[in-house]
Amino acid sequence: MSDHKIGVYVCHCGSNINGVVNCAKVTEEIGKIGEVVVAKDYKYMCSDPGQEMIKNDIKEKGLDRVVIAACSPRMHEPTFRRALEGAGLNGYLLEMANIREHVSWVTKDKEEATKKALSLVKGAVKRVKLHEPIEEREVPVTNTTLVLGGGISGIQAALQVAEAGHKVYLIEQKQYIGGNMAKFDKTFPTLDCAACILTPKMVDVGQSPNIELYTSSEVIKVDGYVGNFTVTVREKPRYINHDKCTGCGDCASACIMKNRIPHEFDEGLSKRSAAYIPFPQAVPLKAVIDDGNCLFLTRKKCTLACVKACGAKAINFNQHETIHEFKVGSIILATGFDLFDAKRAPQYGYGRYANVINGLQFERMTNASGPTSGHITLADGTEPKSVAVIHCVGSRDENYNKYCSRVCCMSSVKFAHLVKDHCDAEVYEFYIDMRTFGKGYEEFYNRVQEEGVHFVRGKGAEVAQIDGRLVVIAEDTLLGQYREIPVDMVILNTALEPRVDAEKVAQTLGISRSGDGFFMESHIKLDPVTTTTDGIYLAGCCQSPKDIPDSVAQGSAAAAQSLAIIATGKVKISPISASIDSEQCAGCRICIGLCTYRAIKLNEETLRAEINEAVCKGCGTCAAGCPSGAIRVSHFNDDQLLAQIEGVLA
Amino acid sequence: MAPKLQLAIYWAAACGGCDVAILDTDEKILNIAEAADIVLWPIAMDFKYEDIYKMEPGSIDVCLFNGAIRTSEQEELAKALRARSKFMIAFGACAAWGGIPSLANLTNREGIFNTVYKETATTINEEDIRPDTNYPGPEGELHLPRIYDRVWSLDQVVDVDYYVPGCPPTPETIWTAILAIVTGNLPPKGTVIGGTKSLCDTCEREKTEKKITQFKRPFEIIADPKKCLLEQGLVCCGPVTRDGCGHRCTNNNMPCRGCYGPSEKVSDQGAKLLNAIASIMDVKDEKSAQELAATWEDPAGTVYRFSLAKSLIYDYKKGGE
Repeated sequence: MSDHKIGVYVCHCGSNINGVVNCAKVTEEIGKIGEVVVAKDYKYMCSDPGQEMIKNDIKEKGLDRVVIAACSPRMHEPTFRRALEGAGLNGYLLEMANIREHVSWVTKDKEEATKKALSLVKGAVKRVKLHEPIEEREVPVTNTTLVLGGGISGIQAALQVAEAGHKVYLIEQKQYIGGNMAKFDKTFPTLDCAACILTPKMVDVGQSPNIELYTSSEVIKVDGYVGNFTVTVREKPRYINHDKCTGCGDCASACIMKNRIPHEFDEGLSKRSAAYIPFPQAVPLKAVIDDGNCLFLTRKKCTLACVKACGAKAINFNQHETIHEFKVGSIILATGFDLFDAKRAPQYGYGRYANVINGLQFERMTNASGPTSGHITLADGTEPKSVAVIHCVGSRDENYNKYCSRVCCMSSVKFAHLVKDHCDAEVYEFYIDMRTFGKGYEEFYNRVQEEGVHFVRGKGAEVAQIDGRLVVIAEDTLLGQYREIPVDMVILNTALEPRVDAEKVAQTLGISRSGDGFFMESHIKLDPVTTTTDGIYLAGCCQSPKDIPDSVAQGSAAAAQSLAIIATGKVKISPISASIDSEQCAGCRICIGLCTYRAIKLNEETLRAEINEAVCKGCGTCAAGCPSGAIRVSHFNDDQLLAQIEGVLA
Repeated sequence: MAPKLQLAIYWAAACGGCDVAILDTDEKILNIAEAADIVLWPIAMDFKYEDIYKMEPGSIDVCLFNGAIRTSEQEELAKALRARSKFMIAFGACAAWGGIPSLANLTNREGIFNTVYKETATTINEEDIRPDTNYPGPEGELHLPRIYDRVWSLDQVVDVDYYVPGCPPTPETIWTAILAIVTGNLPPKGTVIGGTKSLCDTCEREKTEKKITQFKRPFEIIADPKKCLLEQGLVCCGPVTRDGCGHRCTNNNMPCRGCYGPSEKVSDQGAKLLNAIASIMDVKDEKSAQELAATWEDPAGTVYRFSLAKSLIYDYKKGGE
């Protein structure tokens, strides 16, 4: 056993720690351990004088290991590592004992707190002796970016990266970009026409020399690591030759299936052909043939009227799916949301009563280029005289989603305004709480209140049909009364949910999801844009429900992350990683399926597992699962952990 | 002629299988007899405590000690033999890691006595008589060894030089150990006489990616002899167990029971296996995990079948006897 010179520093953190833990006593006790040559307590170790103290002791007393008892290492481990490095000591010869979050903040019992703090510091002292100096690694990056999802946040991210002069691959699952925003009529709170502000951006995407757009496409495989991803994309055939198609729509008019297929873009409120243009402003403005409904593609039986009608000879039924492979430095995930299917809440009658619609259907209805040319109409074609808007359908509800979908209060208020504007019907809003945060939002709410909309504070409990009329049943909590309000039309403002394929996407990219199913950010407050996988960023509603300004802001933020990687030209990779002792590895493959980051592969020749250390995040799951103990995680190996436990229990 | 090796063979909490295993070396037992004087072997010859206490320190060259330590007598004898032996060898899984007797550590003395002297269906013990260490007999007070609250491995009681693994050790392993001692070709202290890899490593069954969808017991299926047993739902201890046994179980289409103890880099055999198996259970949420786990009969007894005394949990639960 070699003799170490260990310095132990106990931080008061003002009174945060010292108010509960007797820091002086911890320092005194720990100073009695043989190899501890310096033991000091100080008001703020993270301050400049605190750090100087450590540096001086390292230089003057020749410390070779440092223990800092303070806050969570998530907070200041990098700070103290830099301090060690400033004095010429490898930053990983440091161990932090968390005596704030784990001790002083969780108890008021001073004696117990001091005892626990001392135990944790003893564990740290035992552990730090076994620390080894390790070096951070740098790898060069590819200066291209892949954006997954062509909604507003994906468009924003793609444009910003492209404008900075770097190549972007924009991948969209649908046949067009624009996402949900393209379906909207007006946007709150300014009532800007959604298409008017979105279309220019969509056109920019189509025209940018730096953006390669792939629609009808999805990512099927992601290999590699930050700066060096290889992404495999599957592009589905549209059966249209893009170079020839002029987007005239003659095929759509000629198609035998004309007006027979519910149109997804109009949320089923209109019918389309099997060959069709998704919507007039679509980018790319090219026809697409729906292989699920085209008679020729499904049954090989059709007069092929579309082929005859197409003057550009653009229709090609021999197209197959294409597989593309892109090398990119970073990936921006902007896959958006799905709308809660209101049929899951049968009490609202969606799908049973013709005049119960969801918010997106209402958006299409009010849109001038929508199925009713902007007229709010009932199923029988007449205008409603009264309309109910029910908030929180599928949100803030233990039965469906506990979270608040954030945008529905404002869009409900907007719906009320649009109803008033278009047909002057009576409007009843059923809300739990009115959440109109955001710039100009409360003002908009006040304006709509003045327009004579009835706001009923109480969740709409049920929509019934009584004597042929829709009736909304709710408890008005302000009046303390049960109410039944007959209306002609009900708009269900449904929750924003994680997309149905979110789990598949998470697995393909090797990222996590939070409890609500949305993709998980590194830190909910301070790092909402990055994921726990370096080089993969989040934008828009795939991270959590958000409105357009927030989606755009996050799109820009994700672009900035990606540009930052490109600007530095290289990325630092944490040196904490797992490695495999091929002598001990049995090739059992247990670890391979365990690695969330897909860093482990079986070498087909040696039949031993191999870890790509650049991809490895050092999480340790494989080391725990490895039955033969062949996997070792640097800085968190068994000897170190056992020593720490021994120290704590000593 | 070189002086003959002075050999002692002793048993503590054991079944006797280890002693039989020595005879199982077949004709080589004659070579052993040629090379060694057996100075103590209670299962085969008559010895008294005094015979041991009369021996000088260092007068035994090698003591093959089988069985775990669970009584005061066993601890006393282990210490007495250690003091008189140049090499103390933990012979067999019980001496090495506690073996099957150490599964008693899942409960304690009180729990075991309750089962044996009270709760089993066939027990009639109305006066609740329990073993006692003193008995005032007509010929004077008699003493019996005290049963400990937990079972220890030999090295938790005395210093051990080498380990011969197995339940019981195979004749090949025994012969390798004896040959090393007789020729003086000794490995470093603490060496386990066995393979250096895991059984899984040297197993020739075909391995693919592992997923357990249902736990099976050996009698429930006839396993595919070419495929990894773990992948067929049989809990095989091969991944965490040292090889060197000659794959006797897996060659006979039975999962490895783990009797050669933890492999080289494994400190806690049971915890390692439990972790590995939990890692490959094909489940999506807590509920399906519980349902699948419920199909596994006796997980603790399976993963710690031979090594519970050496479980980390017990190392940090010291105290008592």
